[in-house]
Amino acid sequence: MNRPTLAVWKFTSCDGCQLTLLDCEDELLAVAEAVEIRHFPEATRKDLPGPFDVSLVEGSISTPREVERIKRIREESGLLVAIGACATSGGIQALRNFADLREFQRIVYPHPEFLASLEHVTPIATHVDVDYELRGCPIDKRQLVGLLSALLKGRRPDLPKGSVCNDCKRRGVTCLLVEGREPCLGPITQAGCGAICPSYGRGCYGCFGPSGSTRPEALIPVLRGAGLDDPGIVRMLRTYNAAAPQTAAVSTELEGAGDDA
Amino acid sequence: MIPAALDPKRTVRATAMAPVPYTVFDHRRETRDTVTLTLLPSGREAVPPFAPGQFTMLSVAGIGEIPVSVSGDADRRDGRIVQTIRAVGAVSAALCGAEAGRRIGVRGPFGKGWCLPAAGGDLLVVAGGIGLAPLRPLVLAALARRDRFRGFHLLVGARTHADLLYPYLIDAWARRGDMTVAATLDRPADTWDGRVGLITGPLEETAIAPERTTAFLCGPEIMIRVCAGALVERGVPAESIQVSLERNMQCGVGWCGHCQLGPYLLCRQGPVRRWDHVADLLDVEEL
Amino acid sequence: MLFDHPPPEVIDRAGLDQLVKLLRADGYTVIGPTVRGDAIVLAELANGADLPDGIGVDTDAGRYRLRRRGDRAVFNHSAGPQSWKQFVHPPRQRLDGPETVHRYAFLGTRPCDLAALAVLDGVLGAAPHPDERYLARRDEIFVVAVNCVEPGSTCFCASMGIGPKADRGYDLVLTERTGHEHRFLISAGSVAGEEMMDRLSHRRASGGEIAAGLQALDDAADSMGRTMPEVDLRGLLVRARRSDHWEEVANRCLACANCTMVCPTCFCTTVEDTTDLEGDHAERWQRWGSCFDPDFSFVHGGPVRETVGSRYRQWMSHKLSTWYDQFGTSGCVGCGRCIAWCPAGIDLTAEAAALAEKEEAP
Repeated sequence: MNRPTLAVWKFTSCDGCQLTLLDCEDELLAVAEAVEIRHFPEATRKDLPGPFDVSLVEGSISTPREVERIKRIREESGLLVAIGACATSGGIQALRNFADLREFQRIVYPHPEFLASLEHVTPIATHVDVDYELRGCPIDKRQLVGLLSALLKGRRPDLPKGSVCNDCKRRGVTCLLVEGREPCLGPITQAGCGAICPSYGRGCYGCFGPSGSTRPEALIPVLRGAGLDDPGIVRMLRTYNAAAPQTAAVSTELEGAGDDA
Repeated sequence: MIPAALDPKRTVRATAMAPVPYTVFDHRRETRDTVTLTLLPSGREAVPPFAPGQFTMLSVAGIGEIPVSVSGDADRRDGRIVQTIRAVGAVSAALCGAEAGRRIGVRGPFGKGWCLPAAGGDLLVVAGGIGLAPLRPLVLAALARRDRFRGFHLLVGARTHADLLYPYLIDAWARRGDMTVAATLDRPADTWDGRVGLITGPLEETAIAPERTTAFLCGPEIMIRVCAGALVERGVPAESIQVSLERNMQCGVGWCGHCQLGPYLLCRQGPVRRWDHVADLLDVEEL
Repeated sequence: MLFDHPPPEVIDRAGLDQLVKLLRADGYTVIGPTVRGDAIVLAELANGADLPDGIGVDTDAGRYRLRRRGDRAVFNHSAGPQSWKQFVHPPRQRLDGPETVHRYAFLGTRPCDLAALAVLDGVLGAAPHPDERYLARRDEIFVVAVNCVEPGSTCFCASMGIGPKADRGYDLVLTERTGHEHRFLISAGSVAGEEMMDRLSHRRASGGEIAAGLQALDDAADSMGRTMPEVDLRGLLVRARRSDHWEEVANRCLACANCTMVCPTCFCTTVEDTTDLEGDHAERWQRWGSCFDPDFSFVHGGPVRETVGSRYRQWMSHKLSTWYDQFGTSGCVGCGRCIAWCPAGIDLTAEAAALAEKEEAP
């Protein structure tokens, strides 16, 4: 029986999510046996043509060439899975959506006229249909293996849309916000990481992006109560998933209110 | 001083959650997305007999489990389970793809089913789309006791001709002469010379004696609400209307909480409820 | 208010340590309150010294802080971040395989939490389909209850008709007395409790000690930080289904599910199926679910409860109203955890009062 074919693609990103697959030390052999990896530049020079049963796509769409490339990959892929904050919301580079791109280019590059950048950084789903999303910066190893196992079996992957608080509570981590220890984005952030940061006493910084019922506007008074001023809240909301629409709307409004004052 | 009960290695299982292994005996394609499976116990263990309107939890190992109404003949207690499944998700697709010989897990049957009225009344069965599947055992049970009832009307609606479930049964029932059968399609088709339009049309035209009619409704929730409302307006008592409702049933036994509709755990107190019990509840958005 | 017969005995702080030791010697994993980080959690006690020593808490809506007390009290702290639910109905458990039954002794179970266990009995332990895993765990538990002499500011068990005195569901019950001499009034509530009493060093309680204990419980009943409005909650929530109040709560609600997770009676679960990469080995697991999860009410076509307001209505209505229809009791025991551990500080008692007020003056 032919094994399903897998491709791993990189767009504008740091490679960290692809590395998560390589980090699956215990499972990596099983993955390599279960699927035929046809394209995975981070792991192999082998570059075989499509079609691909599953494509894992890392990175955001930041240049005109990437727009064309993702469309081609979509056409060659049975299932397309966006992996990581860059691919699912634009990632950290989407911070430039809130600033002046030309100015950045002038400061960084001696010849900005050679650059071909899109005005805004966008997630994969802006350009093509995405079948599943793995959130996170980087993605979670267990979720990745769980997703691959599910897809191989024909099961709907278990990717809960609830908040990080669910994970905290299930593993007995007590609430940093209520205990007054740290500002935390857990209540508005999607579960899936296993509540890593809160379990080490650090507030969630929202790398999994908005939960399925995210309510960032309701968290603002809570964060103020935790000692953050409004610019501090805007900074907290503008990290790895700054351009996620629900978060961006709230951070933009909060920033605007500050400008008016 | 350690009591005998304190054996540190004691283990326990959730028996209500343990599927009984069944094997697909027959696989019949009904429509492009709907399949009827006939299941037989793989071993000695079998689930108890079902009552019309009850459901089972069907599982495919490694893929998952879903609630499916039983659509076989409840009077035929030969151990086989007949279930009609529409492929809308991963589990239902796997079930629809299960050819003869494939192993399927069965739990149940669960819930409260249809309740045939005392002798002497009229029966009105209204089915929309896949909603005919849970009503099939009721129709079969009523036909097996046909002499107990007076009028017997079956109204069936489907989106397209290709979506019409059990056309062979509908034809056979229509030819019986002791019941009226009306089928209607939402969309016209070259292959269809029958009626086109919503099921409310034939419902309005069906002559019923409201005070002695018992109605059985299953289909999309909007169809249930509209048809039940129309029947109440025509004088059918709300307590004589039975409806089968769909909610997210995961355990079947009231442990998981997903299937709540106000005061009811529909896996235990449904899926069939009397209209006077649920009319107010379904009228509240997102309850 | 009367103590059960026979009259209580007295153990001192060393007696409490002895109790932990005896329970452990009997093969129990002793679970009790202990300080971890900035909270008093429920965890295994290696010995009596693991209990909080003179640590109290200040709680309010969305707020929980430890504080040093002026005494050496071990049980005077309320509304901790966890409930005993995690031991009888674990956050994650296998559905399709055998579960090992742990044998727990619960030390320091408050009346609200005893009531919560009884509520769970009615849900998971009830016919026709009891959860044998739950029943087996429950059977094994040795419960040392603690009467509540110092309710917190988020507590309202008295107005739910429950505390502050434990009246059933325990093997032993303690009433902690600090002050001049740190000691505990102790009574047995079962044969196992009586047998344990016989093995503990104890003395008879004096009339004065008994009277003072009773007085402390009377005072506690009057010092609950919060109260449920004295209305027919069950009917109120039925009538409030179309209230615009749900939308108002939704503006404040994070839909984060904390209230359901910390609630000692919230029992809902979600199933997850797993396979290994080879696809040969399949497992089914059950994990705590929440009605605030977008997928909770999913049916083909989308969730039934899409809006946050409808989910809060579901949660509150279930706790205070439809639980009666489904299980014959209230689903709320007045422990106040949902108030303290809601990051947004939403207060169930205040929302009930607001609904009652709106009904009176629409």
